[in-house]
Amino acid sequence: MPSLKDLRNRITSVKATQKITKAMQMVAAAKLRRAQNAAENGRPYAEKMAQVLGNLAGNLIGGVGAPRLLSGTGADRVHLLVVCTGDRGLAGAFNSSIARLARDHANRLMAEGKTVKIMTVGKKGLDVLRRQFRDQIIASRDIRGNKPVDYPFAAEIADDILARFEAGEFDVATLFYSEFRSVISQIPTAQKIIPAELPQTDGAAKGAGSDAAMEFEPSEETILETLLPKNLTVQVFRALLENAASEQGARMSAMDSATRNAGEMIKKQTLIYNRTRQAMITKELIEIISGAEAL
Amino acid sequence: MATFHFDFVGPERTLYSGEVEAVQLPGAEGEMTVLPGHAPVLTTLKVGVITVTETAGNGKRIYVQGGFADIGPTSVTVLAERAAPIEELTPAMIDKEIEAAELARDATQDLARREALNAQIVQMQEAKHTLSL
Repeated sequence: MPSLKDLRNRITSVKATQKITKAMQMVAAAKLRRAQNAAENGRPYAEKMAQVLGNLAGNLIGGVGAPRLLSGTGADRVHLLVVCTGDRGLAGAFNSSIARLARDHANRLMAEGKTVKIMTVGKKGLDVLRRQFRDQIIASRDIRGNKPVDYPFAAEIADDILARFEAGEFDVATLFYSEFRSVISQIPTAQKIIPAELPQTDGAAKGAGSDAAMEFEPSEETILETLLPKNLTVQVFRALLENAASEQGARMSAMDSATRNAGEMIKKQTLIYNRTRQAMITKELIEIISGAEAL
Repeated sequence: MATFHFDFVGPERTLYSGEVEAVQLPGAEGEMTVLPGHAPVLTTLKVGVITVTETAGNGKRIYVQGGFADIGPTSVTVLAERAAPIEELTPAMIDKEIEAAELARDATQDLARREALNAQIVQMQEAKHTLSL
């Protein structure tokens, strides 16, 4: 039977925890708004890039001169998994669901007899994947604390991926991140980035603005070759932005339910505390009364 | 005078969007001025200054470091990774970029990449020159 003081301590500690989760929830809400804005602002660039690339690649796909970033190396032996997670925990299932998707993917590929290499972005993904794939992780980096993700950071990652591709370290690269649908729904997603998967532009969409009469300076191939690496950066950047929004969303709902749970626990503990207090008073009264009767 | 829609988009935000009369672009194969009704062209950009004319004698200048422009009869879109409105730019900032490019050039062994960086440095020096005018 815990003493009254123990119960009081327990309630105070739960209250303190509740304050922390409440604060974290509000911070996450503010950060979520910022992350959503960033994602929104980055959208026009990504959309335009995809549209232009789609038009360009439509003419070249399957051609002999198609760049390797678009057509692939022709092999399907070594896979690179780029796993983007957050740096911090306490965000519900955010980190673990991305890591799980990547792990399942890796296991499936290995069962097919393929070589798997892993590159992680964010501390948490590294922590989880290190357990099973220690020797396959070829690179890892952190998101650098609290700073919102910016384009140069995405460019750094994309350049690293490109350099490894040029060096022939892998044939296919897949990007893992969490797509932001809403505060309560984030969907872990795998996206193939090398060879590039471009949105299929059908004839109707093509005929609208940019016709076959399009001119290119310098040449179509040169433009495509400069655009494809940039497109990779854009994809990585988009994934990081989506991830940032998802992480804050996941943390917000996780902290919301944590705050609610703490509230319930406080209610329960207070009830026990009051019962114990009353029981003690009753006990003391009985002692006094029976003491008086005995006289 | 007739106008067309001009968008200047960076990866993190849209830097300019509006109706303009003319845009002067540092195209890969030379400076070009785009007026309404231009034939569709897709061109890469070198380092330089984009001059936007909103109405005669009234406009804006934006410094870009590479990128590309999608030109159509009714709209022009420029996508650039690194850009800044000219008011926010100081020669010191370009100096810093030049220095970074020089370091990258000295570090690389790849001849083609060296060439490209050299060209970029020359372009940046030109841009710096126009800026200080």
